[in-house]
Amino acid sequence: MRHLAGRVGQAAVAIFGVLTIVFFVMRLSGDPTLLLVPEGASAEQIAALRHALGFDRPLWVQYLGYIRDLARLDLGQSLVQRASVAGIVAERIPYTVALAAGALVVALGVGIPAGIAMAVWRGRWVERALAGLVLAGQSLPTFWTGILLILLFGVQLGWLPTSGADGVQALVLPSIALGAVTMASFARMTRIAVLDELSRDYVAAARARGLSRAAAVRRHVLRNAAIPVVTIAALEVGNLLAGAVIVETVFAWPGIGQLAIQAIAARDFLVVQSVVLFVSAVYIGINLLADLAYAWIDPRIRAAR
Amino acid sequence: MGLVFVLLAGFVLAALGAGLLAPADPLRQSLLMRLRPPGSGTATLYYPLGTDDLGRDLLSRILFGARASLAVATLSVSVSLLVGTSLGLLAGWVGGWVSAVIMRLVDSMLSIPAILLAVLTVAVLGPSFFNLVLVLGLTRWPRYTRVAYAQTLQVAVLPYIRAAEMAGCSAPRIMLRHILPNIAGPLMVVATGEFGLMILFEAGLSFLGLGIQPPYPSWGSIMSVGRQYVARAWWLTVFPGACLFVLVLCINVCGDWLRDRVDPRSQGRG
Repeated sequence: MRHLAGRVGQAAVAIFGVLTIVFFVMRLSGDPTLLLVPEGASAEQIAALRHALGFDRPLWVQYLGYIRDLARLDLGQSLVQRASVAGIVAERIPYTVALAAGALVVALGVGIPAGIAMAVWRGRWVERALAGLVLAGQSLPTFWTGILLILLFGVQLGWLPTSGADGVQALVLPSIALGAVTMASFARMTRIAVLDELSRDYVAAARARGLSRAAAVRRHVLRNAAIPVVTIAALEVGNLLAGAVIVETVFAWPGIGQLAIQAIAARDFLVVQSVVLFVSAVYIGINLLADLAYAWIDPRIRAAR
Repeated sequence: MGLVFVLLAGFVLAALGAGLLAPADPLRQSLLMRLRPPGSGTATLYYPLGTDDLGRDLLSRILFGARASLAVATLSVSVSLLVGTSLGLLAGWVGGWVSAVIMRLVDSMLSIPAILLAVLTVAVLGPSFFNLVLVLGLTRWPRYTRVAYAQTLQVAVLPYIRAAEMAGCSAPRIMLRHILPNIAGPLMVVATGEFGLMILFEAGLSFLGLGIQPPYPSWGSIMSVGRQYVARAWWLTVFPGACLFVLVLCINVCGDWLRDRVDPRSQGRG
């Protein structure tokens, strides 16, 4: 329980830190009113808006008001779209979640078997070939992979749509583009976890009892290696959400990443701020859950607390 | 490894010598020669890699793009290395509330996905070369702080540090002369990884229109034009993307190599 309380407290401090950082970033330009007014507004209009939004109050009063609004989940009103920011963002969330889920499926489906194969066939050509693939995956710019996929499967072969969000087939290419980098880190992590477990005594014991190597890996090693991999998987979800900014722009996928970029072009900064806050909150929340799940799965950690 | 260093040297030379190597002015437009495929040309000008949507020579733009890419990465890594290491040393050596404040700030910074923080900050400040370096430098320091902090804690309890303290060395002197050289290895490993990441970030932000501003060439912005003309001009995507990929791949291979040298225990561990 003490562990639980400690971790929840840490997450709360991190969220608070994120809110504070974003508050100050929004004020880096000096006058946040200028970020929110449409192009070509008159000086009186700007002054009126500054007063209406409270940007003429002392900084600490603004800060307290900002924290109070966010505590009530009030993200403000978009001056560009004349709608509540929370509503605008919420509308796009399902698309980004679908994309992140698709990418996760690609990353897990390819990365984990690749990692296991690299560990089991250590030092053989299998490992060397896969290691090259992993290194390449890590260095791939997602927007390049995205455009190449469009070029090959959309333009040349005409199998899949090149942009938009019509149906499941539109999800295939963006998921691959986004999942490729994550796949590489899953493969690395799985390889290390399986190698660690393979060197344990219980593997030798299982082999001594006459279990084949394959059976020992299947029945014992994979189960134990799963623990660190699950934790890393959770951390990667946050990266997937962030990576969606670029991939969604490449594929014109209507998620929160595309929304953020469109909002910048439209000078709708409260929307951009909300997307950053939302992704960070999800990131912190998932990390917390992963940590608690980790403690719950592994009885050694539970007992140690 | 040899090939990797040769390729890296090639990129650096291309960036430094872009002015001498480029066959044409990367900004010179020629509306009659728009979107020409590689190998086309006129009696006076030859376009080995084709032209872009404004008839500019792609090879020249890629060469000058290498300069933008490496300049942004070098400067931003220097800024974040300096800021991050200083804070990490300070937190590790001074301890107490100083380290509590710094390390909580680090946790919070690392909770905001870096690309989003960079997107927000560049959008607020307005895109420019200087802001790009500043933003990447000031959003990426926490990784160095974490490593510097952990390493400083390990080194600070060693006998030679106690000896230096008793000999009357000042705190800055101990941090800079005695601790820093002993934690430099792991920091360089982080810096190498970050260097590759900064190149990807610069290209990504420029792709989104938040990095190097037109008409100046960057691999990312060339590719964002390539996305528009994907069905008509594959070369606009394929060539700059391939450069980006090979450069980052070489840097990552270097990073793995460096890590194995600095920390022999990690040898062969993914």
